[in-house]
Amino acid sequence: MLTIEIPGGNQSAYGMSESDHVGASVAFDGVQKSYDGKTLVVRDLNLEIEPGEFVTMLGPSGSGKTTVLMMLAGFEPVTHGEIRLDGNPINALPPEKRGIGMVFQNYALFPHMTVEENLAFPLKVRRMSRGDIAKRVKRALKMVEMPEFGSRRPGQLSGGQQQRVAVARALVFEPNLVLMDEPLGALDKQLREQMQYEIKHIHDNLGVTVVYVTHDQTEALTMSDRVAVFKDGIIQQLSTPSDLYEHPQNSFVAQFIGENNKLSGKVSEVTNGQCRVDIDGGGSVTAAAINVEGKGARTTLSLRPERVELNPADDCPNVLDGKIDEMIYLGDHIRIRLTVADNDEFIVKVPNKTGSLDLKAGAATRVGWRTDDCRALDPVDQA
Amino acid sequence: MTDATMDRPAAKASDDGELTTADGTPLAVSLRRSHAQARRRAFYLVLPLLAFLVITFLVPIATMMTRSVQNYEVADYLPTTTAAIADWDGTGLPDEAVYAAMAEDMVVGSENRTIGRVAARINREIPGVRSQMMGTARDIDEMSPPWKEALIAEDEGWANEEFWRLVKRETRTLTPIYYLLSFDFEYNSHGEIVERPEEYQVYRLMFLRTAWMSLLITTLCIVLGYPVAYMLANLPLRYSNLLMILVLLPFWTSLLVRTSAWIVLLQQQGVVNDMLVWAGVIADDGRFRMIYNQIGTIVAMTHILLPFMILPLYSVMKTIPKSYMRAARSMGASPLRSFVSVYMPLTVPGLAAGVLLVFILAIGYYITPALVGGDTGIFISNLIARAMQGSTAELKLALALSTILLVAVLIFYWLFNKLVGVDRLKFG
Repeated sequence: MLTIEIPGGNQSAYGMSESDHVGASVAFDGVQKSYDGKTLVVRDLNLEIEPGEFVTMLGPSGSGKTTVLMMLAGFEPVTHGEIRLDGNPINALPPEKRGIGMVFQNYALFPHMTVEENLAFPLKVRRMSRGDIAKRVKRALKMVEMPEFGSRRPGQLSGGQQQRVAVARALVFEPNLVLMDEPLGALDKQLREQMQYEIKHIHDNLGVTVVYVTHDQTEALTMSDRVAVFKDGIIQQLSTPSDLYEHPQNSFVAQFIGENNKLSGKVSEVTNGQCRVDIDGGGSVTAAAINVEGKGARTTLSLRPERVELNPADDCPNVLDGKIDEMIYLGDHIRIRLTVADNDEFIVKVPNKTGSLDLKAGAATRVGWRTDDCRALDPVDQA
Repeated sequence: MTDATMDRPAAKASDDGELTTADGTPLAVSLRRSHAQARRRAFYLVLPLLAFLVITFLVPIATMMTRSVQNYEVADYLPTTTAAIADWDGTGLPDEAVYAAMAEDMVVGSENRTIGRVAARINREIPGVRSQMMGTARDIDEMSPPWKEALIAEDEGWANEEFWRLVKRETRTLTPIYYLLSFDFEYNSHGEIVERPEEYQVYRLMFLRTAWMSLLITTLCIVLGYPVAYMLANLPLRYSNLLMILVLLPFWTSLLVRTSAWIVLLQQQGVVNDMLVWAGVIADDGRFRMIYNQIGTIVAMTHILLPFMILPLYSVMKTIPKSYMRAARSMGASPLRSFVSVYMPLTVPGLAAGVLLVFILAIGYYITPALVGGDTGIFISNLIARAMQGSTAELKLALALSTILLVAVLIFYWLFNKLVGVDRLKFG
């Protein structure tokens, strides 16, 4: 009835072992998408994904990340541009001929089939022999540590178990590329963290390329080789998790990834990749000039709470006065909310060391940081 | 169930292992008691409907079923004969005692004016018995024993063995005769069950026709309704609402109006034929006969019953997430295969509910076949209606036919339950 060609895929790679399986490479080339002909949901997407890479598309809802995934899977036509899988354009290829595994947000396990039948479905479609199917289904169930659940129906499984079956089903036909659309969204926190590691391990073992969509930044940081931060249909930044956290390129990324202190001000001087900024609420600091237009331009400083020091030593290059508003005890560390330069949402994280608890709400203090830890980015309206 | 359980004050295990509450009442009893009030309240809430159903539904059906087998005329109106003829072995003519009993019953019967009913009852099986019995009853006062000779002298019919066998048979107060008739069987003069003469056979044919036409209508409803339901479930809301109104519009129109509309459309001088003639597809003298026959019934009933198929299908399809089909396709299944092996099985609860509704409604349909069915397109219900307006005997036949129809529906339902599982059905 239909022969399945896995584009550029390794046809003999049916061993589900580590060695002979090669992930696919994906390239988005000037991809645009519009649903209504008036607005672009995805604007000029250019993205290269290496074989075996785990790339996460991270962004708030409506940022276009799921649309990108659906275009890659073949469920949404590309308005403009080209998507290539292992170098071959796949724009015109229907989803069933792309050979891409997919894990859906609600798992999409077929409720009228048992777990085994669910796993066997992609293999049956490929007209594999019954013996092979049984062997692979068994192996896939073992991979997700559910060997004894084969005869159950999805409805009889817990959310976490359904999640594992969904992952196993997306992998059982050994695709070179697996897409995951917020697969952990429905799980509780503890299970979600556990599944993050399991998916990561499966990825490491199989060498398959994974494109993962989520709005949860912790998930993105934990699992990914690289993270693409989406906003308004544009990739704001594409880098490794650590780079994303340490070196955000714009205020949106700084704000979206991790906790962030914002201070608005005006650039008074730019020298050697550093700039002098006059803070609106008073005071002047030096910061790394990352995304500033030049002297006189407005900027927003980004500062991670754990990089701020309370009552710094005298040689600290940047010091501002502040007032402690609130102290939140969190066991291993203490979160302190201060008012610094009229910003009453200035957060500092202090490790729970001897003496840390001596601080009291209402006390005046000074905060300081290293120049490299403070990044001058594009201005945002401070609400 | 040892120490650990014993230590707990709330639920203790008694010696025989049964759990009890703290004060020693068995746990099960206590549980039942605690729920009793809620159950009682629920029962009061359904009570009015229950009473309504019993009075208007269960009682009439029970009456219908009992009356369809009742056969009280001979036993009630010829009581002494009934007693006397019990000893007769059915060969030759009965002896004097039976004739005397018959004479006695006729005296009483002509005073009470009940003899006519017995005469009518037996006349149905042996034509001419009415005049024989009525005539004899009129003159009974002038006759004298021995009754056997007197009666035979009055009318030859009294010497007919067949007559007496019939009387003996009909002394049974329960009779399967109406059910036999419903399947085109009858008793012959020797009391054996035989097929009726071919020219009288009608009910079996009618049951079969009702069944296959209902099946055909159900099938047509599936074929026409499934795609519409699919479209309804998958269109954006503002289009699907409009479409839904179009589906429901016929539903809100009077049955009579809709059926009459079909007459206007389908009759030989009707719109469809006119257009075909105008388009040159058929000649003016070659107009199709599309109404007052099976085609008319099938077309009109399919139209009328279609919403009953679409609505349950729609309600089920609405709940099937798009991701199922997408998942199937991402795993390499063609759109057709995804549809057949993933989507369609998920619509079974709606499909089955639709089939159940349409088939059961169709099997008992009356108005539409009556209006557009002609002779070849009418259903068993039309014959039942016709029989209802007739004599007592015909009424009983109608009751028997109705009971059979009811049992057929119940069997269908039972079979369906076996195959699909009624608790899985979704009606809307």
